[in-house]
Amino acid sequence: MIRLLATVFLLLAALPARAETIAIVNARLLTMGPQGEIERGTVVVRDGRIAAVGANVAIPTGARVIDGNGGILTPGFIQADSTLGTVEVSQVPASADRATHHDSISAAFDISLGLNPDSILLPVARLAGITRAVVTPLYDDRGNRRLLFAGQAAVIDLGQRPDMVTRPRVAMVLEMGESGAERGGGARGAEIAALRALIDDVRHFARNLALYDRGAGRPQTLSRTDLEALIPVVEGRMPLIVRVDRAADIREAIAFARAERLRIILDGAAEGWRVADEISRAGIPVILDPMSNLPHSFAELGATMENAARLHTAGVTIILKTGSGVAHRARELRYGAGNAVAYGLPYEAALAAITINPARTFGVAERIGSIEPGKDADLVLWTGDPFEPLSQPRAILVRGVEQPLSARPLDLRDRYRSMN
Amino acid sequence: MKRIACAFLFVFASTAQAQAQTAAPDPADPFPSTYQRPQSAPLAITGARILTGTGAEIANGTLLVRDGLVEAVGEGLAVPHGYQVIDARGRWVTPGIIDAHSHLGANSAPSTPLSSEANEGVAPNTAEVWVEHSVWPQDPQFRLARAGGVTTLLILPGSANLFGGRSVTLRNVPATTVQEMKFPRAPYGLKVACGENPKRTYGSRGRSPATRMGNVAGFRRGWIEAADYARRVERARTNGGEPPRRDLQLETLAGALNGEILIHNHCYRADEMAVMLDMAREFGFRIRAFHHGTEAYKLAPQLAREGVCVATWASSWGSKMEALDAVEENAPIIHQAGGCAIIHSDDATLGQRLNQEAGIALTAGRNAGINISDGEAIRWITSNPARALGIEHRVGTLEPGRMADVVLWSANPFSVYALAERVWIDGAPVWDRADPAYQRPSDFLLGQPGQEAAR
Repeated sequence: MIRLLATVFLLLAALPARAETIAIVNARLLTMGPQGEIERGTVVVRDGRIAAVGANVAIPTGARVIDGNGGILTPGFIQADSTLGTVEVSQVPASADRATHHDSISAAFDISLGLNPDSILLPVARLAGITRAVVTPLYDDRGNRRLLFAGQAAVIDLGQRPDMVTRPRVAMVLEMGESGAERGGGARGAEIAALRALIDDVRHFARNLALYDRGAGRPQTLSRTDLEALIPVVEGRMPLIVRVDRAADIREAIAFARAERLRIILDGAAEGWRVADEISRAGIPVILDPMSNLPHSFAELGATMENAARLHTAGVTIILKTGSGVAHRARELRYGAGNAVAYGLPYEAALAAITINPARTFGVAERIGSIEPGKDADLVLWTGDPFEPLSQPRAILVRGVEQPLSARPLDLRDRYRSMN
Repeated sequence: MKRIACAFLFVFASTAQAQAQTAAPDPADPFPSTYQRPQSAPLAITGARILTGTGAEIANGTLLVRDGLVEAVGEGLAVPHGYQVIDARGRWVTPGIIDAHSHLGANSAPSTPLSSEANEGVAPNTAEVWVEHSVWPQDPQFRLARAGGVTTLLILPGSANLFGGRSVTLRNVPATTVQEMKFPRAPYGLKVACGENPKRTYGSRGRSPATRMGNVAGFRRGWIEAADYARRVERARTNGGEPPRRDLQLETLAGALNGEILIHNHCYRADEMAVMLDMAREFGFRIRAFHHGTEAYKLAPQLAREGVCVATWASSWGSKMEALDAVEENAPIIHQAGGCAIIHSDDATLGQRLNQEAGIALTAGRNAGINISDGEAIRWITSNPARALGIEHRVGTLEPGRMADVVLWSANPFSVYALAERVWIDGAPVWDRADPAYQRPSDFLLGQPGQEAAR
């Protein structure tokens, strides 16, 4: 009953603030859905959702018409591996809720709690066509904490509404490889051994909850809240985002996931292209920064601008991001996609990598990621090619609500331009 | 033109001399450049859209290069006999990109516990250090910047200290020693840093500067000591007395006071820039460029009047309080006010795509109604940084007589799809995307795994 009431409440809360009927006409539609590309089409938005898509769609009476003027309409972009909504100024700790250093809360850290819909960063990212983000915990290493898990990610929208969570607890974050080795006590093998023991602990805990309730379980290194948070992971219901770069570490992560029957998403994967076939065979999606070509560490000596294209060619589902835990610079996502295209990624694959691919990977493709009837109306109308700095958004809809094309930096600009 | 050519002959002659080590060491130049322009055949690039770096755009342009210098540039020029001809129809040509703020070689890749070499972060005044002594020519990031069309870099010490040390201007050529990369006769620079970085570095250790007022007191103490040193040196020179013992720290600061060493001032906030400008008047020095200059748009007319360049970004913002008020339109607003705007990197990733960063700023400006042409905007990464580095009469434009640093782009350089297909320094090829000979990894990456993909 309580669950039913909660569901009803959530459904009510999910209705957009101003459910307007809108028709966007005369635009080139890159739907990323079954309808593919429509050279000149119309999208009708009603009650926050996409009602109709096509070349010959009737405009409902009373609909507000937005003339696309031959511009391009895309689904709103999804910024993976971001900290939007959890930070205002990176170096001001009190303004950031991206990481925990609590002794007994690591895996249990749920980033979907305590988000800030009033963040001044959200309009800035939105002006770059980003309408949703996968908000992903970072590690806080103050005091040399050796947390194995950073916490749980969530999908949010950038419509600046109180209920900004599209889906909480979509994945758990784990570092392996070079950084993971440090957490495991200085060696990669040590971390893997610790993880195996820990997963065994979680499984024991999950099978014997009553025993633990009586205080009779076996001694655990993790707190009870952390153990509970990891149950969906060990049962394969919640994917594990594994941050790893070196080709050998990717192989190790794949073997680890197979042995423990875990669902994983690779994140970073600077040398992913070197083991692309193995990643493809394992059916593991990869989140990567297309600009990451520096041999910044010994785990990234093979980093290349061609990583995205080569993984895609091998049949890997790729998701493009901008740096790690990006917030202020999320707006550079579309340029990264363009650079990936310049280095061989097909245009449509690049667009999929910031729309439908992250939607599918994080289990929200029924609602977002493409322009299809029934999905949330996250739409961006562009003056031209959205990957080009020379193009700008002309209209942005989040869940059917048109967003202002303003942001604090633009306010500052205008204040000083009028003064000077 | 002739005079410039003569000047170059002189440079090359003296370079060769230095390398042969026949001349006595020059006390003013103890680590002389051994850079040598490679021999190269005369070159003609035809049919290109050329942004000359002077503000001009030539639709169907020809560029002639001879003896390492730009010989001629214009529309429909005849190509003399014996020139290698590159048909560049549908492509774009610009001067070589100049990164006015780089730490390549000093903060090199890979990052290791001991690879951080840009900050001598042990005292607020380390004007005595020269960043060239930290530069590792095998840093693989130099090649990545070359692939992005970067032909000249200003390598600066970091911003942990009030006086961070001397900068060095490098030609982006493969080299075994830093001397082989040093831009012949480029003036030295001095890195000065206001704001949060020095006060955080030293305040957290319980010493001055711990505040912005501590920063300013530290600066003034340094300039007072330098002025005193300069007076004692001058007195000894005119009266024939014993000069003071050489002091590397005061030597550099005195050089900055008298203008021989250019001052590159890391400074984010408008109010701090205004304080630094007053301090410059107090001690009679000039600030060549504010770096980062996030809030320069708040002070654009004054900065233009003072003739101070502003090296900034379009995209970076919000990492700290002093960077919170950044706007993408910073460079266009400075430009519109008549100032010297520069797009810089301070980052090895961004440094590969300064053209795109300039494109972001350009578009933001146009959206705000600041209509700047492509030809003008390319100055932000060519002739304007050349001016900040004090080498504007030698590089930064494609005017006849300038050193022939040239980039051939596959598309409009402000596009995300534009790749630097070929790059020349002093008329000699240093990068060709189609020829693996120019893509050889540095010593460090040689024999390492995963080098077969294009970077």
